[in-house]
Amino acid sequence: MKHLLTPRALLLASALAIAPAAYAETPADTLVIATDISDIISLDPAQTFEFSGNDVNRNTYDRLVDFDPLDMEAGFKPALAESWEVAEDGMSITFTMREGVTFHSGNPVRAEDAAWSLQRAVKLNKTPAFILTQFGFTPENVEEKITFDGDSLTLNLDQPYAPSFVLNCLTAMIASVVDKETVMANVQGEDMGNTWLNTNEAGSGAFQLAAWRPNEAVQLTAYEDYYQGASEMKRVIVRNVAESSAQRLLLEQGDIDAARNLTPTDVDALGSADGVKIQDEPRGRILYMGLSQKDELLSNPAVVQAMKHLVDYEGITGSFLKGMFKTHQAFLPEGYLGALEDNPWSYDVEKAKQILADAGIEGGTITTKIRDLREYVDTAQALQASMAEAGLTLNIEQMTGAQVLDAYRAREVPIFLGEWGPDYSDPNTNAATFAYNPDNSDEAQATGLLAWRNSYAVPDEMNKATVAATLEQDGEKRAQMYRDIQTQYQQEAPIIPLFQRVENTGLQENVQNWNAGGSVTSVMYHQVTKGE
Amino acid sequence: MAVTDTDPGGRGQTPPPSRADRNAARRRRLRSVAGTLLSLALTLLGLLLVTFIIGRVMPIDPVLKVVGDRASQAQYDAAYQAMGLDRPLVIQFIGYIGDVLTGDLGRSISTGQLVIDDIKHVFPATLELATLGTLIGVSIGVPLGVIAAAKRGGIIDQVARVVALVGYSMPIFWLGLMGLLLFYGILGWVGGPGRQGIIYDGMVPDVTGLILVDSLLAGDWAAFKDAFSHIILPASLLGYFSLAYISRMTRSFMLEQLGSEYVTTARVKGLSETAVIWRHAFRNIAIPLVTVIALSFGSLLEGSVLTEIIFSWPGLGQYVTKALLAGDMSAVLGGTIVIGTCFIALNLLSDILYRVLDPRSK
Repeated sequence: MKHLLTPRALLLASALAIAPAAYAETPADTLVIATDISDIISLDPAQTFEFSGNDVNRNTYDRLVDFDPLDMEAGFKPALAESWEVAEDGMSITFTMREGVTFHSGNPVRAEDAAWSLQRAVKLNKTPAFILTQFGFTPENVEEKITFDGDSLTLNLDQPYAPSFVLNCLTAMIASVVDKETVMANVQGEDMGNTWLNTNEAGSGAFQLAAWRPNEAVQLTAYEDYYQGASEMKRVIVRNVAESSAQRLLLEQGDIDAARNLTPTDVDALGSADGVKIQDEPRGRILYMGLSQKDELLSNPAVVQAMKHLVDYEGITGSFLKGMFKTHQAFLPEGYLGALEDNPWSYDVEKAKQILADAGIEGGTITTKIRDLREYVDTAQALQASMAEAGLTLNIEQMTGAQVLDAYRAREVPIFLGEWGPDYSDPNTNAATFAYNPDNSDEAQATGLLAWRNSYAVPDEMNKATVAATLEQDGEKRAQMYRDIQTQYQQEAPIIPLFQRVENTGLQENVQNWNAGGSVTSVMYHQVTKGE
Repeated sequence: MAVTDTDPGGRGQTPPPSRADRNAARRRRLRSVAGTLLSLALTLLGLLLVTFIIGRVMPIDPVLKVVGDRASQAQYDAAYQAMGLDRPLVIQFIGYIGDVLTGDLGRSISTGQLVIDDIKHVFPATLELATLGTLIGVSIGVPLGVIAAAKRGGIIDQVARVVALVGYSMPIFWLGLMGLLLFYGILGWVGGPGRQGIIYDGMVPDVTGLILVDSLLAGDWAAFKDAFSHIILPASLLGYFSLAYISRMTRSFMLEQLGSEYVTTARVKGLSETAVIWRHAFRNIAIPLVTVIALSFGSLLEGSVLTEIIFSWPGLGQYVTKALLAGDMSAVLGGTIVIGTCFIALNLLSDILYRVLDPRSK
């Protein structure tokens, strides 16, 4: 035995076995992506609310209205609905369906399918259902409120909402149109096909779901009869690769076309690599600092003002968050209706000291909980250093995301550092959580509102303005209302938007038209091509 | 589990056993098997109970993982009830054990799939990696340890010491990344992260879940080579760590034997050094060595989380760790059952080997 299994023999055997180590580029009609997809828990559009799940559904389903990946500035455009009309009183919107569109099953896409899909999402009442139920739909009334007749579909609203508000919400994944007949054939009990759709797909999108293996891979194949024309990419393979350095190696070796979770170090290194490019795209997530108004020190307006000057915006975005975030001090991300580009605060320890001294504050100690993600911990440590200069002590307890979230929802995090991602592509998604909190009492249990979580009693007039903006029929006026709310917010709110997320995707040089969805939606593959 | 009922009189003088004796022996054996099974069941039950309690006292809310951060209180409450968390802990645990006995491990909240299906998928990935890793560790570690002991203080002994020391002290994360960079990134000798190359993804029919075996069953030599090129690096890495342990243990076992009188006697009788080492001394260390190897294999079967993360290996370690951090108790308990059963099976196996290898225990 000792003669057969010497190290040299083993080495030789393995070298022989793996001799043809030719790792050429990926096939020309296949798009291979490495990213972290471990967050997928469901692929039912009525339930999916995770980034990676939405990334899949974005491509397997269509919606009544949608974004054009090649013209994101234009906002929502007709998709499965060819046109729509808003009633004079603003209380209903009627859509006319596009003709000749088919689901992956071959069934035609009808107004009936669209109506049933929306009704189903409301009735199932999973987490994202609020995107639809905020228009007055309930499981009980939805069949009367959402109706169809031939090729037209009508949404009857409970208030005359801004049409842009309603239509923006219809671009959300929960408004995806599912194939009623296919789903009905797979219903189990009262689940309206939820169990089946969690792992299967019944859409009309540019891609069909070929396979999903949790924590491993998602495979899509092009739908040849897609109404906008079949995709050039015939196969899309999304591989679960959590490590940035592994993604980088795969990209450098030509084994993948796109790497989506690169750290700044790897982005830098790839910047000088041959045959690889980096595409920066501002996404919707806002990194903010929430100062709990339950904390005696933090509830002092002077401390809130001082804290705005204790964040080294340029230093942070120039070092450990380089490329990943850009300074953005308003709660609506760039790319949203009414987004504000002003960044009024700068890093100024002396000014912060002066503000604290004027208010008679001589130091203080705060102990807070920070999620153990590198970007949050590093930001917290930078903050800790500048607070120390201003005479404030910050103690940091690191814990898992789930632990911090639990405490945050229980209003027990004095200084929260983390991100908020918009739920849908309308400004109300952020306004209604940052700048709206009608009842600040503990009993209200408004755990979904960031303002409540930070115990911020939003002034009455701001609450009202936030609601009024959802009803404004004129688009430009509506945008101005949001700009005004944000300006006021910047002046007084204890929740301080700091940075906006930028996604750095590493791509092979030949990959064209990559679009991760900008700040408003999820990734789109239909338009992607691979040149020579 | 030691065998106590050996015959003190020696074989030669024993009269043939009577029927009553044979029956008594059979009863004893039955009792011993029943006792073993009972102790196994109790061990598993205890393991599950401890895991269950740890999972429930952890400050992580599994409901949030299901409904997400944005859920309303009503949605939260509905999910809380649907998951049975409103029932007392004892009832929850008894209910869980009842389900397990009927083969229902529940549904994972972090993948949305049945735990049994998840495990069918992740366990073979780990098993394949751990088996190859242990093979590498044993086939190099044992000879290395024996030679190091035989040539004590010699160059091989020194090299073995350094190899083991590095194996013990080097962070696996760093070593794995460096390995990837060198053998995949620069030299291009091996496949990158993942179990297979992209073009083979989903191409080999799933029979055992072990891709190396499945590709051979399908007669797909190219897929086998591809899978081998992906597994060899992480397996070597794990193999290196078990090698470090196994070679040190082998060396110390051997040193003990080589210092004993029967070895001196054998040498005095003029036996060749090879015969002394392999035929006499090595045979005597086989028994403790089996235990060491079984333990090392068992620890690899738990899944080496860091190795799995670096090599994007969808194995049990990553699965259970992710589940634990998400408060996904069904998945954690399912993983615990698998790991617990493996350890118990390995213990049993080494007991059996013990009896086979040690003539005295017959």
